[in-house]
Amino acid sequence: MKPFSWRFIRMWQRDRDVFLRLWHAEAPGFVAEPIMILLAMGLGLGAYVGMVDGQRYIEFIAPGIIASYAMFSASFECTYGSFWRMEHQRTYDAIIATPLSVEDVVAGEIFWGATRSLITGSVILVVATVFQLVSSPWALLIPLLSFLAGIMFSSIAILFTSLVPSFYSFNYFFTLFITPMFFFSGVFFPLSSFPEIVQTISWIAPLTPVVHLTRALFWGEFHLNLLLALALIIVLTFFFFSISLVTMKRRLNI
Amino acid sequence: MAIILTQNLTKKFKGLLAVDDVNLEIEEGECFGLLGPNGAGKTSLIRMIIAVSPPTEGNIWVLDKDLAVYPRQVKAILGVVPQLDNLDDDLRVFQNLTTFARYFAIPKKEAYRRSTELLRLFQLEDKHNSRIRELSGGMKRRLLLARGLINQPKIIILDEPTIGLDPQARHLVWQKLGELKAQGITQLICTQNMEEAATICDRVAIMHQGRILTQDSPQALVSRYVGDEVLEIEANSGSRGKIIEELTSCGLDFVDAGDMIQVFHVSRDELARTMVNFPERLRQRPATLEDVFFRLTGRTLAE
Repeated sequence: MKPFSWRFIRMWQRDRDVFLRLWHAEAPGFVAEPIMILLAMGLGLGAYVGMVDGQRYIEFIAPGIIASYAMFSASFECTYGSFWRMEHQRTYDAIIATPLSVEDVVAGEIFWGATRSLITGSVILVVATVFQLVSSPWALLIPLLSFLAGIMFSSIAILFTSLVPSFYSFNYFFTLFITPMFFFSGVFFPLSSFPEIVQTISWIAPLTPVVHLTRALFWGEFHLNLLLALALIIVLTFFFFSISLVTMKRRLNI
Repeated sequence: MAIILTQNLTKKFKGLLAVDDVNLEIEEGECFGLLGPNGAGKTSLIRMIIAVSPPTEGNIWVLDKDLAVYPRQVKAILGVVPQLDNLDDDLRVFQNLTTFARYFAIPKKEAYRRSTELLRLFQLEDKHNSRIRELSGGMKRRLLLARGLINQPKIIILDEPTIGLDPQARHLVWQKLGELKAQGITQLICTQNMEEAATICDRVAIMHQGRILTQDSPQALVSRYVGDEVLEIEANSGSRGKIIEELTSCGLDFVDAGDMIQVFHVSRDELARTMVNFPERLRQRPATLEDVFFRLTGRTLAE
């Protein structure tokens, strides 16, 4: 495996420029939808949900919504977005004939995907603040966490992208990997409602530690398990990031 | 001095030998053409030279730099114009150039200056803010060429630069390539257009089934493999056998091309003196690079 160089920033800048031109077309996905879910589930469903410690349901799910939409942003960007650039537009082919290497391109895409997570996480955080749901100044660190989680989810997504033959393959990725995480990583209900075995499996899902950490920052309540969560995110990020550099190189430099 | 040098260059894909032991020496400032039928290995060879595809065996030096060791430095001085349009559809015309300039770490002000200049040079100024999909095929091709020059390359590598263009657009491209050559920019061109090769290339190599069969100036190849003129004898099935028999016995160089018999390295008068039964239906025409191509790569479809 070869590392990436500072030139990855060129790919990132390219993606940023495109986003600045087209963001209004994407805004429904990363602004309107999470806010809708937050309000519908939080206020609508929340009226029927009694939380144990007198907390409001919308306060419970808000950090989880931030974490999962950070995940969605990175995942969409580095699956459909990246695959479109790679196979349909042949953008990667054009770029790897310049001083950028495949590793630079992949790293640029991953950091851009993470930037999308940061933007999404921040937007929802601002909305949550407006609704007076945030109870701790630690919440200011949430965008940073969204970025870190974004690197992890972008790496997983682009690894998948580097391996699949067509657009249709992403149905598997979203239906069998992303959507289950959305429901079983403690976003809408505590994992403790599940049997032991499901709880254990849930900890393997990369969204779970992100939800736990976001919630901790959101409420300002910390415990030792969070260090484990952070370590898990970092390990998974390194793992998937490195592999995706190799698999994408194998796909493009043939 | 050879500006591009390949040594025993070989590329295998899953057991298939796409490029087979290619040794090329491309001189600084020349326009070198790579000819060959589909599947001959031209694009595979080019992809290795532009450092996006590692050779299975062999070495490449560009400006005395080993490509395997210094891919970035080499790519920085190459201009690549691909066969398939890979312009960035997400960006407007001008942004395509400035964004590409950024990949080469060209400062913003300079990138804007060069992009403006290149759009003017390729007569695309009024498309400055157009979407890529609004451009015609000829405009896209010109923009690809402009993009390939954004880093002021020492070598420009073009894969089928005029494919699908109308004669006007084709001549504009040839004219621009001529101007670049006058500036001393080395050109490596992949083409299947023999007229193009004969018009703009100083030397050409003919590639077939992964190997370089021959290389020289177009004129030298024509006189070596075909002669100045080609005589084409129209023969019906009745007379055909006889004519072939006589041509063979006279030791003449000919090819049975199916609908006609082509005779090479001989003039009409010489043929008239040699043959007893001089065929009536005979046409004489100047020999071209296409004749060389057919002689070396055959008339059957490779794929």
